[in-house]
Amino acid sequence: MHDVLTPVNAPDAASVRTSPPVDVEPRARVPLWVRGMLPLVLLAILVAVLLRHGPLGMLGATSLPVEELMIERVAMPRPGELKLTVVNGGAQAVTIAQVMVDDASWVHTMDGGRLMDRLASRTITIPYPWVEGERHVVRLITSTGVTFESAVEAALQSPRADARQLGMFTMLGIYVGVIPVLLGLLWLPFLRRVNREWLDFFLAFTVGLLLFLGVEAIAEALDTSTLVAGAYQGLGIVVLGSTLTALLLFALGRTDRSRPALSGEGTANRLALLVAIGIGLHNLGEGLAVGSAYATGEVALGTFLVLGFLLHNTTEGLAIVTPLASGRPKISRLVMLGLVAGLPTIAGAWIGGLTYSPVLTTLFFAIGAGAIAQVIYAIASFFAGSDNGLTKPRNALGFALGLLVMYVTGLFVAA
Amino acid sequence: MGNDEIKTGAEAPKLTRRSLLQRGALGTAAIAAASTGLVRAVAGTQGNGGAVTSAAASGPHDLHAHMLDVVGDIQPGGLDPDAFLTHFDYGRVTTGADGRTLREYDIVAMDRTIEVSPGVFFPAWTYNGAVPGPTIRCTEGDRLRIRFVNGGSHPHTMHFHGVHPANMDGAMEIVQPGGTFIYEFDAEPFGVHLYHCHVPPFKRHIHKGLYGMFIVDPPAAREPAREMVMMMNGFDTNMDGDNEIYAVNSVAFHYQKHPIHIEKGELVRIYLGNMTEFDLINSFHLHGNIFKYYRTGTDLKQYESTDTVALCQGERGILEFRYKYAGPFMFHAHQSEFAELGWSGTFQVGEVVHA
Repeated sequence: MHDVLTPVNAPDAASVRTSPPVDVEPRARVPLWVRGMLPLVLLAILVAVLLRHGPLGMLGATSLPVEELMIERVAMPRPGELKLTVVNGGAQAVTIAQVMVDDASWVHTMDGGRLMDRLASRTITIPYPWVEGERHVVRLITSTGVTFESAVEAALQSPRADARQLGMFTMLGIYVGVIPVLLGLLWLPFLRRVNREWLDFFLAFTVGLLLFLGVEAIAEALDTSTLVAGAYQGLGIVVLGSTLTALLLFALGRTDRSRPALSGEGTANRLALLVAIGIGLHNLGEGLAVGSAYATGEVALGTFLVLGFLLHNTTEGLAIVTPLASGRPKISRLVMLGLVAGLPTIAGAWIGGLTYSPVLTTLFFAIGAGAIAQVIYAIASFFAGSDNGLTKPRNALGFALGLLVMYVTGLFVAA
Repeated sequence: MGNDEIKTGAEAPKLTRRSLLQRGALGTAAIAAASTGLVRAVAGTQGNGGAVTSAAASGPHDLHAHMLDVVGDIQPGGLDPDAFLTHFDYGRVTTGADGRTLREYDIVAMDRTIEVSPGVFFPAWTYNGAVPGPTIRCTEGDRLRIRFVNGGSHPHTMHFHGVHPANMDGAMEIVQPGGTFIYEFDAEPFGVHLYHCHVPPFKRHIHKGLYGMFIVDPPAAREPAREMVMMMNGFDTNMDGDNEIYAVNSVAFHYQKHPIHIEKGELVRIYLGNMTEFDLINSFHLHGNIFKYYRTGTDLKQYESTDTVALCQGERGILEFRYKYAGPFMFHAHQSEFAELGWSGTFQVGEVVHA
């Protein structure tokens, strides 16, 4: 016992400690990249050990399997048929055993094995006599008895990619995106006549509009991210999509700035283009959401809703032309800007209406939000360049009004 | 497993008749049939009913090309509803010095995963490894000795319905895991009764499968008949306090996939019980016939003639009927939801061909 308390080797240990460190030289020769790799190599060894031997009995026994299936889409390609798109977003393989529709066990076919590996997806076809305009609930039951459900609020035959449907979604995009933006551009003659101080007011107003749009896009992205299968990490898509888009646009802006000094008009043109791109990316997401909501029967696109979008999005045109007010842009350039901002709505409506995917919708909204964030920054630095900042009372009022107008016109969309 | 046959769909390397039927059923032509619903879909196949003989009725799937069904079939080696249907456990029989019959049973409670619908596995608590437990059958006045061993992971008992002393009631004497209890009492009165676990929480112990039928025959035997046991039950597979799957004798749609063969004109007697948890009642409806219903089976004369009976949990009764016509006849819960979630079957009534 006393051996442990008083180590007999104590003097030796002390002498070792006081001796000069002999290993300094070899350590210095280790290349930098090897040092950088060291934690990774150790991590790889640990992963190999875990994969081979499991968590050494520490975790395995107490963790119960958690199954997670995501029914991404319930389509109704024709009367008497339902088509489900299912993704295994959980950490483990899942076996789909049976399918129930409206609390009735129903025959069905799957386009692959019933055992679904992590991230695998399947299409399930069910010959079910769905009723137009009524609610239907599909339910998958796995081998362990766990159930996963998805509801169709109002059954409606899914659009097919034929000329008529494409034409309809194109019209939808034109109404919701292109017309309002082009209309908004017509504020240019008015803006050209206001003096510099009032122009700043309208720029601030634009920032208000954009901030509202940006927050809206982030909210939509977060909303649809909850429908994304767990393993795809909806939140991660939002963070990556928005941040990378903003960074990319920043980088593009910088490349421009490194060139020989541009004229004031060049800067204004660039800013207007940036705004148009930002709004265009946002409208891509918006078109996608509107298209899919229409296709899945969640909204009937009544006249009032289209009217709401018209009012709401006309402000986007204003945002684009405000930076151009001091110049004299060509009509063709204006039209080009309007199309950059508006046309993506049509593309979005096509994608959303024909192949709805929560992953894509989330990504597009995140991209839109990132783009708008960058545009807001660009306009704000435009202010900072002059001595009329956003905080000047008149500009602050414009900023607040911008938010308010979006809110009020938004009431029509929500109605 | 049976499911593999279905999932391959159009690309099936070997086409079984079942998969062919599935494909046919999935075509647009069959969609109209689906919309006609449960009753008419089968009625449509009844046209050839008169021509069906018991020998020819070998194609159960032909009769069920409708779409209200499960895909695939349960694996062999698990529950066997076909065997359970007509199996009665009379125990080890000895005659005492006083001339009385003594019937001895061994019942073991055990945890076991059972397949309640093709591919759906339920972590059950069972008597002798099956749900329902064995059908215990005896005659009024017999002495019963049931040696109960709790081989499960939780405390359990056997509570018999009927008349017996308080200490044989299976409600107070809880049998801990690894424990043993011997229930011994006289079988009375005659009728169709139940036994089940009586340990709280009752809901869990019952819905996980600890119940079975207890049949006491009258001293003078009932008229000879083709007899069967049907226990209406359900399974809450996702543990949300609501049944996902309904059945008689535990397997959804089993007797629809494998119709019960009976003969035209012969007397059929069903011992029917309801141990469905979570739902207030369950019911039994017979197609194309009227049956005599003896409530609890405790009286040989009192019956009503009907084609539908509703039973509360714990209620039971005896049904007697003969079929006038041959062909497939459905029987199912008359709550459409239960029928559509598995409590649905078919009697294939054959015609005895006399040479």
